[in-house]
Amino acid sequence: MAMSDPRNVPAPHQEYGAKLMNMLKKILIVLAVMTVPSLAMAQTANPAPAPVTKEIAAPVVATPAAAGAVAAAPAEATAPKSMDGSLPGYTPMKPTEGIGMPKPKEIDFQEQFSDNGQYAKWINNAILLPIITIISLFVLGLLLWVIVRFNRRANPVPSKTTHNTFIEIVWTLVPVLILLGIAYPSLDLLAKQFKPAPADAVTVKVTGYQWYWGYSYPDHGGFEVVSNMLKDKGDVATGERFRTDNDGPKQLAVDNRMVVPAGVPLRIQTTAADVIHAFAVPSLWFKLDAVPGRLNEKSLTITKPGVYFGQCSELCGARHGFMPIAVEALPPEKFAAWVKAQGGQMPGEAAAAAAPAPAAATTPSSAAPAAAVTVTK
Amino acid sequence: MTSIAATGADLHAHDHHDADHKPGFFARWFMSTNHKDIGTLYLIFAIFAGIIGGAISGLMRLELAEPGIQYLQSWASMMAGKDASMDEAYHMWNVLITAHGLIMVFFMVMPAIIGGFGNWFVPLMIGAPDMAFPRMNNISFWLTVVAFIMLLGSSFVPGGTGLGAGTGWTVYAPLSTSGSVGPAVDMAIFSLHLAGAASILGAINFITTIFNMRAPGMTLHKMPLFVWSVLVTAFLLLLALPVLAAAITMLLVDRNFGGAFFDAAAGGDPVLYQHLFWFFGHPEVYIMILPGFGIISQIVATFSRKPVFGYLGMAYAMVAIGVVGFVVWAHHMFTTGMSVDMKMYFTAATMVIAVPTGIKIFSWIATMWGGSVSFKTPMVWAMGFIFMFTVGGVTGVVLANGGLDDNLHDTYYVVAHFHYVLSLGAVFSLFAGFYYWFGKMFGRQLNEFLGHLHFWVFFIGVNVLFFPMHFLGNSGMPRRYPDYPEAFAYWNGVASTGYAIMAVGVLIFFINVFWSLAAGRRAEGNYWGEGATTLEWTLSSPPPYHQFETLPVIK
Repeated sequence: MAMSDPRNVPAPHQEYGAKLMNMLKKILIVLAVMTVPSLAMAQTANPAPAPVTKEIAAPVVATPAAAGAVAAAPAEATAPKSMDGSLPGYTPMKPTEGIGMPKPKEIDFQEQFSDNGQYAKWINNAILLPIITIISLFVLGLLLWVIVRFNRRANPVPSKTTHNTFIEIVWTLVPVLILLGIAYPSLDLLAKQFKPAPADAVTVKVTGYQWYWGYSYPDHGGFEVVSNMLKDKGDVATGERFRTDNDGPKQLAVDNRMVVPAGVPLRIQTTAADVIHAFAVPSLWFKLDAVPGRLNEKSLTITKPGVYFGQCSELCGARHGFMPIAVEALPPEKFAAWVKAQGGQMPGEAAAAAAPAPAAATTPSSAAPAAAVTVTK
Repeated sequence: MTSIAATGADLHAHDHHDADHKPGFFARWFMSTNHKDIGTLYLIFAIFAGIIGGAISGLMRLELAEPGIQYLQSWASMMAGKDASMDEAYHMWNVLITAHGLIMVFFMVMPAIIGGFGNWFVPLMIGAPDMAFPRMNNISFWLTVVAFIMLLGSSFVPGGTGLGAGTGWTVYAPLSTSGSVGPAVDMAIFSLHLAGAASILGAINFITTIFNMRAPGMTLHKMPLFVWSVLVTAFLLLLALPVLAAAITMLLVDRNFGGAFFDAAAGGDPVLYQHLFWFFGHPEVYIMILPGFGIISQIVATFSRKPVFGYLGMAYAMVAIGVVGFVVWAHHMFTTGMSVDMKMYFTAATMVIAVPTGIKIFSWIATMWGGSVSFKTPMVWAMGFIFMFTVGGVTGVVLANGGLDDNLHDTYYVVAHFHYVLSLGAVFSLFAGFYYWFGKMFGRQLNEFLGHLHFWVFFIGVNVLFFPMHFLGNSGMPRRYPDYPEAFAYWNGVASTGYAIMAVGVLIFFINVFWSLAAGRRAEGNYWGEGATTLEWTLSSPPPYHQFETLPVIK
C-alpha cells in the first residue's frame, strides 16, 4: 500500500515530454482504431442508448495516495461499531446454506437468482452441455471404432481413400448449423443482459480498492459502505469483530454487505480506485470489471431476498483472493430502513425535505448520478 | 541434460564422411549454425524450462490441496531470506502463477514445438541442407536463454508487495505499472522483449526457408502438413509479436518515463493495454497449437499407413484458423464493459473458429478410417491428443458465448479449458512428436512399453487434475486464488491428487529417455516403415551432420 506515484513529482522536462507523449498516444490510438473497425463502429452505429457508459469519470478516490489513506482506516467508516454488523432498524440476514454460495462437491452452476441468470444457466445446461457432451462422445466413439475395426490385425490392407467431397462438405456444414443453433439463444441472452435499467432503478456504484470494496448509493444521499473480508476469531485481536455463521462462510463473509432491494431493477456501476478489479457474483450471473477511470454499468434484478456471495475476479495484487463480495437483497421496505440506518434517505424523501445539508456521511460528488468529472493532472 | 546431445553425438561419430565433419564441442554447441544442433539445444532448453514451470505448478497444487494457507509463508520467507509477512506470502502466490504461465508459454511450449521440432524437421522435410539464416537461428536460441534467465532473475528482486513479478502472465496495467513498484516487472517485461525478438527472428528464418529452400518439385501443395503448420505459425508470430512488443514497451514507458498510456488519471486507458495484449495473445494460443496440429497429421498418416485425408482442407483449415485468430481477441475481455455490439461480434467470430478446427479433427479420424493402424507410442499420444483437444475445444465454444462468459470468465472453467487445449493438447502433441522423432534425432528409439506406460499414467493424471476444474469454475471459484471457501475443497483435493499422478508419468518419461539413450534399440533410417513417407525418413538416423548436399527431387 505504501506506494507513492513517481509521476506526481513534476520534472522540468515534463512539458515537452508530455506533449511528445500525447502525440505518440494519439498516433497509437488512431492506429488501434484503424485495426479495429468494429470498435469504432460499435460507438457510432448503436442507435439505442449506450448501455455501458464510457465517459472517463473520476474515481471516488482519484489518486493512489488517497486510496492508501482510505485503506489505512478501512472498516466501519459509516456504521457504528457492532460485533455482528447490525444497525438500529437493521440486522444482517443469516445466509441460507447452499444458496448464493458454492456447495461442496458441486459440479453445476450455483442456483440463479436473476431472470437472466436462470436463462443463461438454462442455455448452458439444456443446449450447450448436451451438444458438447455428444460431440466429445461422438469423437471418442469414432476413435474407439478405429481401434477396434481398423487396427493392423483387423484391417491389414489400408484403403487408399484421400478425398470425399461429400463428407468434407458435411463436416463443414453440420458444425455451422450447430453453431447457428447456439448463436440464436446466445445473442438473445446478450441482448437481454444489455437491456438498460429503467430511469427509476436503484443505483449502486461499486468501487474496487486494494483490497476491499466500496458501495455508494448516489440516489440515497451518496453514502458509501466500505466492505472488508471478515477474519475468523483466532485471526483478529480481542474486541475486534470476527466472522460468525451469521456472516457467511469463511473467505466469503464480509463486515458490511452491499444491501439492495429485491425484485426491483438495479443499476450496478463499477469503477476502481487503483488497479482493475472485477465485481462478480456467481449466483446472480453477474461479472463486471471495475476499471480505474471507467464507469461500467449493467442492470440487474434480484428475484428473491437473500445473501449472495462473490469474489473479486481480476488479479489485483497481493490480497486479490481476500476481498469477497456479499450482496444482501432485502424486501424494499427493509431496504429503506437500512438506508435510513446508514444516514441516507430514499429518493422521494430527499425531494420532500429539500434540505441543503446532506447526511454527514461520505462523498458528496456522487450525489449527481454518474457525473462525468474531468480530472486535471 | 547435455548427455542427450553428447550421446547422440557419439552415436554418429563413427560415421566418417565429408558431410559429417563436426566442429569442436564449444564451437558446435555454443556457436552453432547447424539446424539440427540448434533444434536439439531448443529441446534441451524446453525440457529444462518445463521442469521448472511444472515444479512451480506442483507448488501451486500443493498449496491448493486443502483450504487455508499452508506453505506460502514459508516459501516466501525462504525466497526473501527473512520472515515474510502474510501479504508477501500472497504476493509469492501471484509470482508463482505469473512464472508458471510465462515459462510454460514462452520457454517450454514455444521453444520445444517451434524451436525444437521446427528447426529439426522443417529443413529435413522440405529437402533443404539447413535453415536460410543459420547464424540468425543461433542468436534466436541464445536470446531465448537470456530471456529465461531474466525472467527467473526477476523473482529475486522487489516487485511491489514482495519479491518477483506478480502481475499474471497477461501483465495487465495498472497492476503492472503503478501497482508493482520495483525492478521485477521491468525485468519480466525485458524478458518478454528478448523472447519476442528471438521468436520474430525465428519466424523470419522459417518463412524464408520454407519459401526459398524447398527441394525441386516440392510445391507448396506438396509440402508435409507439419511444414504448413510451421509456415502459418511463423506468420502469426511475425504479425502478433510486434504488437506485444509495443504493448509492453508502453508499459515500460508508463512505469519508468512518465508515460500515461494506461493511466486513467492522466487520460490513458487500462483497457487499451488489454486490447493490445490480446491482439497478440489470441494468435499466441494458435502459435502454441498449430505446429502440434502438424505433428499429429504426420503421425496419424504414418501409423494408419494412409496419406492424410483431405490434405488441402487440412492445410487451409490451418490458414483459416490463423486468419480468424486475429479477429477474435476481445473474447478474452468480455467483462471489461464493452458494448453489446462488440460482444455479439466477438461471440459470433469466436464460434466460427470451431468450423476449421472441426474439419481438422474429422480429417484426422478420416485418415485413420480404413487404415491399417498400428498403435505405437506416438500414435497413442496422437489419439489422446485428438480426444483431449476435442474436449478442450468444445468448452471453448461454451466460453465463446459472451453471455455465458459473464459467469465463467476468470474462473477455473477457463483454467480447465486452456489446460485441456494446451496441457493436454500442445503437450500431448509434443510428447507424440518426441516419441515419433526421437530415434531420428538421437539414433536410438524410445522404449515402447515405457512409452505406453508414460501415456496412460500421464493421461489419467492430467484428466484427474484438470477435469474437476470445470466443476470448480461452474460453481464459481475464481482463478489466481491461493485460498478458497471450504465448499471448493473436494475438487481441489482431487485436482492435486491428479497432479501427483501426472508427476509419476513425467518421471516414467525421463526414465525412458535416459534408458533409451544408453541402451535403446538402434534406429534404422525409416524405423516406422511404409507409412512414413516424408523426406526425413530417407536419411539415416541420426541424419548426417550436413544433409541433402545433392538436393532430392520430388515427383
